[in-house]
Amino acid sequence: MRSICFYFQVHQPFRLRTYRFFDIGTNHFYFDDYRNRYIMRRIADKCYLPMNKLLLDLINEYGPAFKVSFSLSGTVIDQFERFAPDVLDSYIQLAETGCVEFLAETYSHSLSSLRSDDEFKRQVQAQSEKVKRYFKKAPTAFRNTELIYSDEIGAKVANMGFKTMLTEGAKQILGWRSPNYMYSNAENSDLHVLLKNFRLSDDIAFRFSQQSWEGWPLTTEKFVDWINQIDSAQETINLFMDYETFGEHQWKETGIFEFMKALPGRVLSHSDYRFYTPSELSDKLKPKAVVYVPHPISWADEERDLTAWLGNELQDDAFDKLYSLENKVKDVADEQIQLDWKYLQTSDHFYYMCTKWFSDGDVHKYFNPYNSPYEAYINFMNILSDFIIRLNDMHPVNYVEVERPELNEKPISPKTEKAKTAARKTIKEKAKTVKSAETKNIKTNKTALTEKAKPVKTKKQSSSMSSKSTLKDVLKINKTGLNQLVKDIDIKTLYFALADADNKVKKTMITHLGKTQLKEYNKLFTENIPVTEADIEKARKVILASIRKLI
Amino acid sequence: MFGWEFPPHITGGLGTACFGLTKGLLKSGVEVLFVVPKSYGDEDQRAVRLINASDVSIDFTDKAYQEHWKQLTYIEIGSNLIPYVGEEEFSNFSTGKELENTSEYSSVFSRQYIFSGKYGKNLMEEVTRYALVASTIAGEQQFDVIHAHDWLTYPAGMAAKKVSGKPLVVHMHATEFDRSGEHINQNVYDIERKGMEAADAVITVSNYTRDIVVNRYGINPDKVFTVHNAVEHTSGDADLVVEKKVREKVVTFLGRVTFQKGPDYFVEAAKRVLDKDKNVRFVMAGSGDMLNRMVLRVAQLGISTHFHFTGFLQGEEVDKMFLLSDVYVMPSVSEPFGISPLEAMRSSVPVVISKQSGVAEVLKYALKIDFWDIDAMADAIYGLLHYEALSKVFRQFGKEEVETLKWDNAAVKVSDVYNKVVFKK
Repeated sequence: MRSICFYFQVHQPFRLRTYRFFDIGTNHFYFDDYRNRYIMRRIADKCYLPMNKLLLDLINEYGPAFKVSFSLSGTVIDQFERFAPDVLDSYIQLAETGCVEFLAETYSHSLSSLRSDDEFKRQVQAQSEKVKRYFKKAPTAFRNTELIYSDEIGAKVANMGFKTMLTEGAKQILGWRSPNYMYSNAENSDLHVLLKNFRLSDDIAFRFSQQSWEGWPLTTEKFVDWINQIDSAQETINLFMDYETFGEHQWKETGIFEFMKALPGRVLSHSDYRFYTPSELSDKLKPKAVVYVPHPISWADEERDLTAWLGNELQDDAFDKLYSLENKVKDVADEQIQLDWKYLQTSDHFYYMCTKWFSDGDVHKYFNPYNSPYEAYINFMNILSDFIIRLNDMHPVNYVEVERPELNEKPISPKTEKAKTAARKTIKEKAKTVKSAETKNIKTNKTALTEKAKPVKTKKQSSSMSSKSTLKDVLKINKTGLNQLVKDIDIKTLYFALADADNKVKKTMITHLGKTQLKEYNKLFTENIPVTEADIEKARKVILASIRKLI
Repeated sequence: MFGWEFPPHITGGLGTACFGLTKGLLKSGVEVLFVVPKSYGDEDQRAVRLINASDVSIDFTDKAYQEHWKQLTYIEIGSNLIPYVGEEEFSNFSTGKELENTSEYSSVFSRQYIFSGKYGKNLMEEVTRYALVASTIAGEQQFDVIHAHDWLTYPAGMAAKKVSGKPLVVHMHATEFDRSGEHINQNVYDIERKGMEAADAVITVSNYTRDIVVNRYGINPDKVFTVHNAVEHTSGDADLVVEKKVREKVVTFLGRVTFQKGPDYFVEAAKRVLDKDKNVRFVMAGSGDMLNRMVLRVAQLGISTHFHFTGFLQGEEVDKMFLLSDVYVMPSVSEPFGISPLEAMRSSVPVVISKQSGVAEVLKYALKIDFWDIDAMADAIYGLLHYEALSKVFRQFGKEEVETLKWDNAAVKVSDVYNKVVFKK
């Protein structure tokens, strides 16, 4: 029995609104709700709803003989929740049939696998949790954004516990070999790799309505003839495509729905192919060989590489600037910051900045909100500039710095006085944001910092965990004492000691640091050097000793 | 070919275009007979000159071209024709009596009129007189096609066609709508329309202009062809070094300060940028009838410490201005083509241009905005000033892009049009 494996990609980005530079620092809403709702409703009516119904009918008709798989990005599920709960219901219905497998991917359809292991993992976890919440089953197979894959990425995915991963059957990795077998990852042979048969997939996804194509019009008879001609030793035909193919890229009028409606019947009656989902295939087949992919591939364009998202100066600059914020973002537990951070990573934003023309660019051109890649870049950078301001405002280190003038008794030079007034003014302007941030921050710092110190532990564990020695005594020392205390302190020791400290203690200590000391401290902080529990304990003992001397 | 200026006697973009085009045509084997009215040093009429002559490399001694120049016959006619000052200097005629009857041109021509030395007191008289001369020349010279540039020479072109029976090609570098917005001069409009109607083919410098020609003049679209302008490629600018004296970034507007060029939108956009970022200086280089209003507006907005007026710049000053600039803005309300952004890009200055310009059709490495959308304009300026990767891309590829816009290619298209009209008959 040979198999056909259908996998449909469902994703919508949170498109950004036109965000002018004069919004920077004043308006923190980034997304074009109107457009996103409009597009979601339009695709829901043209594609998601009718096609889900069609699949459900087919499953009801053929039972477990017909199966498909989906990957839903976290952002598209978020959009279903907000704009199209009816679509979400129809997916839940599909899930309940047991004939539909849902795959894991990154939450925001991001390129995080190329930049940050930690963020990649966080995003995959978040998406898996969401899938599990709605469809009652945690995913066991993984597909990366745009089917991006390399040996290294595959190994990371295997480490996260996935058994199967999907990618493109790109010519440059296969050479003469066929995509119609299962392969295994080059670094971890436990990971099974399923490859897209791009010819047959694209016959449906791209060429279906193309009248200049020799295969036009494509009928189920023709299609089943083709797959019957494939050497019978070959095991699986993986048909991977965007779900929006049905009704959006290929309009209803092209007959795409009729084609899909008739296909399972034709396959089951006129061929020895049967339908399987990726995880089923993974259990059923044995890997034929190892597939070597030293450089990342994707399913995009003729090149099957990453140049649609990264590579030109604009994309690289935006991407680098965005990911340079990662550590800071993790120190701030503000929900909106975390959400914006996720949504800003969506690969589509970088796709809009692409300066090359694609043979299959039409697929994405549909909903590209920008007239040119430059506008896309400027808009993104304006938003990122605002995001950075918010991030810095909420960040614990800066928060302390801002408070400094009020608490410091040292004589002040006119220059710093001026700076202070300016700082106060800014604070006043942003009073609202900062205030709400403040309260959150106090909670945040604790968890965020503990997490940093012990990254493996979960939040619950870390909050219940308390070090044996605390620095609470610091609060009993008067200001002169404090100044004396910090005078000869080793900053690294202080940094370790404060890593898990109470926020009040932290503030007291840091506000009494000298200018260069503070600079040094900030440097350590931004470098985000790892801290172990032993480090903390050791450093605290040192500092406690000096505190005792003072009391 | 009927023009109204030719290097070295040029006052504006049209002379540059004619020169580049002629050079390209000669190179592709077309013989050119160029007829221009000669202007006699009436300095005050040159007041609105905007693009300096030194921007164009006029190298008659260039060996590569020497051979081609032999194919060029150049005829100058004594005249006061200075089209850029058309409205300001010559707008006082009220009756337009000489113009009503076009047949006059061919019937009344007489030699002594040409050499009388009594130049017409108004523009329309000059145009008429130029037409009379044209018909004389048309009777004396051998040629296959008549090519007339802009409305001032259309009567000449029509007269020449009548005398010789040869096909007429008229070239639209700017329409009356570009120059005057909706408040057009009806006489000029009529000449433009009659010229295009009489012509066998109309060449427009952009699709933008083509649309105006088809929609607002009702010209049959089948005979209207777009040939985009190009830019001269100079190589000797490299030794010009300018030391930037201000620390701030400089954003420049360079052109006539008139309705057509949209200087008011530039001022409003400047205000928006300065509200956010004081480390920018704006420069308005040029003069024109809206200049005083602009100075007043800048004062009203309270941005005068960061907004500067240079007055009219010429020659090396223009090159220096480009070298000092970090962003060049062309917010034209209606620009048939617009060659100045290409000059800025040639000096590696990123540009922001209005979508209502012909040049927007050919440029990839330019930010394009609607002239009225001052928020978008301000945003584009801010983006170029603050996001290094963007200005880097524009500096690097913009220059390369401009270098691909060659007059030789434009000339090939023009001779295609010639072939069409010659062999149709």
